[in-house]
Amino acid sequence: MPLIAENLRVTRGYRTVFTGLGFAVPEGGALILAGANGAGKSTLLRILAGLLPVEEGEVRLGGVSLRRDRGDFVDRVLHTGHLDALKPAFTAWETLAFQADLYGASRGRIEGALKALDLAFLADQPVRVLSAGQKRRLGLARLALVERPLWLLDEPTVSLDARSAARVAQMARDHCAGGGMVVAATHIDLGIEGAAKLDPATFAPEEGVTVGSRDDAVLEGEAW
Amino acid sequence: MKPFLAIIRRDLAIAFRTGGGGALGVAFFVIAATLVPFGVGPVPELLARIAPGMLWIAALLACLLTLDRLFQADVEDGSMDVLALAPLPLELVVLGKCIAHWLTTGLPLLLAAPVMALTLGLPEGAYPAMIASLALGTPALSVIGAIGAALTAGMRRGGVLTAVLVLPLYVPTLILGALAVNASAMNLPAAPYLMLSGAITLAALPLAPFVAAAGLRLAIR
Repeated sequence: MPLIAENLRVTRGYRTVFTGLGFAVPEGGALILAGANGAGKSTLLRILAGLLPVEEGEVRLGGVSLRRDRGDFVDRVLHTGHLDALKPAFTAWETLAFQADLYGASRGRIEGALKALDLAFLADQPVRVLSAGQKRRLGLARLALVERPLWLLDEPTVSLDARSAARVAQMARDHCAGGGMVVAATHIDLGIEGAAKLDPATFAPEEGVTVGSRDDAVLEGEAW
Repeated sequence: MKPFLAIIRRDLAIAFRTGGGGALGVAFFVIAATLVPFGVGPVPELLARIAPGMLWIAALLACLLTLDRLFQADVEDGSMDVLALAPLPLELVVLGKCIAHWLTTGLPLLLAAPVMALTLGLPEGAYPAMIASLALGTPALSVIGAIGAALTAGMRRGGVLTAVLVLPLYVPTLILGALAVNASAMNLPAAPYLMLSGAITLAALPLAPFVAAAGLRLAIR
């Protein structure tokens, strides 16, 4: 189920952030959003997550339209933003237990999710005592907890040390290797083979619409 | 159903760990009702006469006090994004949070109200009507209040604006609730007012979450 966006236009306030934006990410592919601050990276990710309305254009994930079937679309997406969505009063384990219940994941996966981000030793600690990097990792643990084909990562490695950043990059690579898709705004190299780069601010439609495809053949026959 | 219950459980846990559960709202209710004799003087007949109205106004303000953080905290720390992307409609998220709000605000008020009624000298016969009117009316305060809370969720200092938006909407519930207690205090039937108050709650319960959810969608843009 490839992710296809076409002719997206976004305005924030009275400013047009980007217009005519289109791209395709095949199964197992990744798209890295580059570009200066204010280029529209976070905005694009929030649109793809269904948090912002699609003003113009269309986004489809394996034939499911974000505009028409927002619910179905959103159920295949996992978004991690600038904020870690943590409550200081809860322990790391309780945080993930709530998210597991909320997203219909098995609580049996909590242990593994904590291990995946090297947080197992902090499971019983309240979020309030965690460091900034540990909080970030707990915010990202949802990726290992809930299984969704499309990951939308907004600066996932901010405030992470080199080892943890490498761990997150490895998770993204494994996700792609398993047929998942990643769209990430990041300044570090996640090392995903064949990942394409896109700068929403400088994207020019006439340069061609297919970016971010590891295997262009996958997209043949898809109507733009 | 599981995600819905998870939201209620979570908000209850947060309320008990960081806000002392319903204690804060109840403390406010008790203090506000205690201020009345200080203000109007120790005249038992007068206090008994105005007790229904004062109890209801105190309950209303206690409910309002806890409303402004209903969604704001979740919007600020990004939790609202996680809730908005969960596989249940945002309207149900709102309803779940309202239920948790009522359990930590409305329900404790029901338990504290008899004590305050005693302080103000409410006639004994009016106690059942008072409990019934609060039980029927306070759920409406939570869900109608959620509308104001949602509209101000993205603002730093939305508390006063929440009050300005919500208090006018509380008027029907206030009038009917106080009327029910008043009627009972004068040995008249309270049932008509209780039924009308219940009708407002029954209408607000399914409708208000839609309005509040629409407000929240704007807040997380």
